[in-house]
Amino acid sequence: MPIISVRNISKTFYLPHPVHAVREVSLDIEPGETVVVIGPSGSGKSTFLRCLNRLEYADSGSIIVDGVDILDPDCDINAIRAEVGMVFQSFNLFPHMTVLENLNLAQQVVRKRSRTEAEKRSMELLHKVGIADKHAVRPDQLSGGQQQRVAIARALAMDPKIMLFDEPTSALDPEMVGEVLDVMKQLAREGMTMVVVTHEMGFAREVADRVLFMDHGVVLEEGTPEHFFTNPQHERTQEFLSQIL
Amino acid sequence: MHFSSALDRPKGKSYFLLWRTVFAVGLVLVLWGMYAASTSVDYIWRWNRVPQYFWYTEVKDIRASLEGEVRAVERSGATATVIIEGPGGEEERYDVPAATLRVRKGDFISPGDSLATESHSRPGLLLEGLWITLKVSALAIVGGIVLGLFTGLARISVNPALRWSAVTYIEIIRGSPLLVQIFLWYFVVGTLVNKILTKWGFNPIDPLWYGVVALAIFTGAYVAEIVRAGIQSVHRGQMEAARSLGLTYAQAMRRVILPQAMRRILPPLAGQFISLIKDSSLLGVISIRELTKASREVVSSSLQPFEIWIVCAVLYLVLTFTLSLFVQHLERKAI
Repeated sequence: MPIISVRNISKTFYLPHPVHAVREVSLDIEPGETVVVIGPSGSGKSTFLRCLNRLEYADSGSIIVDGVDILDPDCDINAIRAEVGMVFQSFNLFPHMTVLENLNLAQQVVRKRSRTEAEKRSMELLHKVGIADKHAVRPDQLSGGQQQRVAIARALAMDPKIMLFDEPTSALDPEMVGEVLDVMKQLAREGMTMVVVTHEMGFAREVADRVLFMDHGVVLEEGTPEHFFTNPQHERTQEFLSQIL
Repeated sequence: MHFSSALDRPKGKSYFLLWRTVFAVGLVLVLWGMYAASTSVDYIWRWNRVPQYFWYTEVKDIRASLEGEVRAVERSGATATVIIEGPGGEEERYDVPAATLRVRKGDFISPGDSLATESHSRPGLLLEGLWITLKVSALAIVGGIVLGLFTGLARISVNPALRWSAVTYIEIIRGSPLLVQIFLWYFVVGTLVNKILTKWGFNPIDPLWYGVVALAIFTGAYVAEIVRAGIQSVHRGQMEAARSLGLTYAQAMRRVILPQAMRRILPPLAGQFISLIKDSSLLGVISIRELTKASREVVSSSLQPFEIWIVCAVLYLVLTFTLSLFVQHLERKAI
């Protein structure tokens, strides 16, 4: 049974002028699957991802996450968001808190863990992403790659069932991309359900169970990485790949 | 903070030396000019009369009320007890400060003779006025912060009732003169409220509180706009990151957004509160004896307007500068 089930969702932004960001997109994601969404900028892939934890409210269609219809206004969206970790392009760490406090906050406030429990879990995760020694510093003292790893650890601290990545390496200096991708690869190997919007074709090819190609708000092509990179069916996909590879 | 001049031609040591000198010379010239003007004008400066309006010492004679002879003076520490025996054998005792004692054993005393002097000191009018100004301002600042914070949050709420209430409040208060608002609070609202209170057997409320309310509500409107701007200056991603972790709007606001907004809110807030301290000088019109009204009273009794108004201005400066330093300290502590 899919853990995320998306049916015909659409999203239009009206300001400053109408843009159909996502049109009639459907997708099922099985537990443990890693789905990579690629496409040119402005193709609606980030908007689609943000619909999955309702950072954007889809205009129509249905989205079932972990058995809950998140487009139902009466659903407990905060409970769902606690199960769906999100990593942003610009990290969005809390600059007024130390690294450790960044990880502790939601554990204590949302998961109601004690400070000791939260700190224990935070330190485990900081070890996992390789920056335990930086737990007491403020985010602005870290490199971009380190910040993004902290952001991943912060999302993981909630022990989520699903992780969403919105272009996690796009804001990084090239030499720091690898360290973030390594953490994501490890997560995928451990069986985390992941939806990743990225421009990293190498990552898609290596880690993805499925690749989606979006353009103008529509999923044009969907398939295994092998199929996608060696034998793309759609003309637009071929064009995109020829530009990028 | 000043902007680095790296964008322009590098400035050498002589540049700073020259312009610092220009500033110092200018300052000296201005001070000298003021001094020259103050001596040439037909005005007798009596700065020595000013301190009594800060701390007033009253010296009072302790006088005997009967005729007789000092039978004994008993000293115990700083006080002495003078015992006077009248012609008919009646006896009276006076406890007086030993240091100012003027009589000895055996002295003959007529009624009204001074036995010793006693001095009482109390804060003068200016100090009392300063205290009232400080009290009114502090209360209004606290009220203004609370009111401004909630109005600022209401101002960015999606709920039309909250948002429009906030806009209405802000526009009405910012759009009318503070003096008129003070009159309305005291003469209209105050009269009504006090009448009702008296009718129900309660004590009427002191004018000071109407002054505090007027200032707090006035300041709250400005603080609300400052808070709104501060919140909106925090990057959108912060709210998204907090909400994506499962925090509610209120939790995200309190734990993530407001602490960051605080740093940006503090400088304009300091300016607003400095304005408030100065605006409290209007409260004299509803018979609150704050610093300005106290100064006016001192001027009319001392006939030393130059000294008193200068002192009054300096006292306001002391208040506002202290506040300014305090906020700068907070700013350094935040983040």
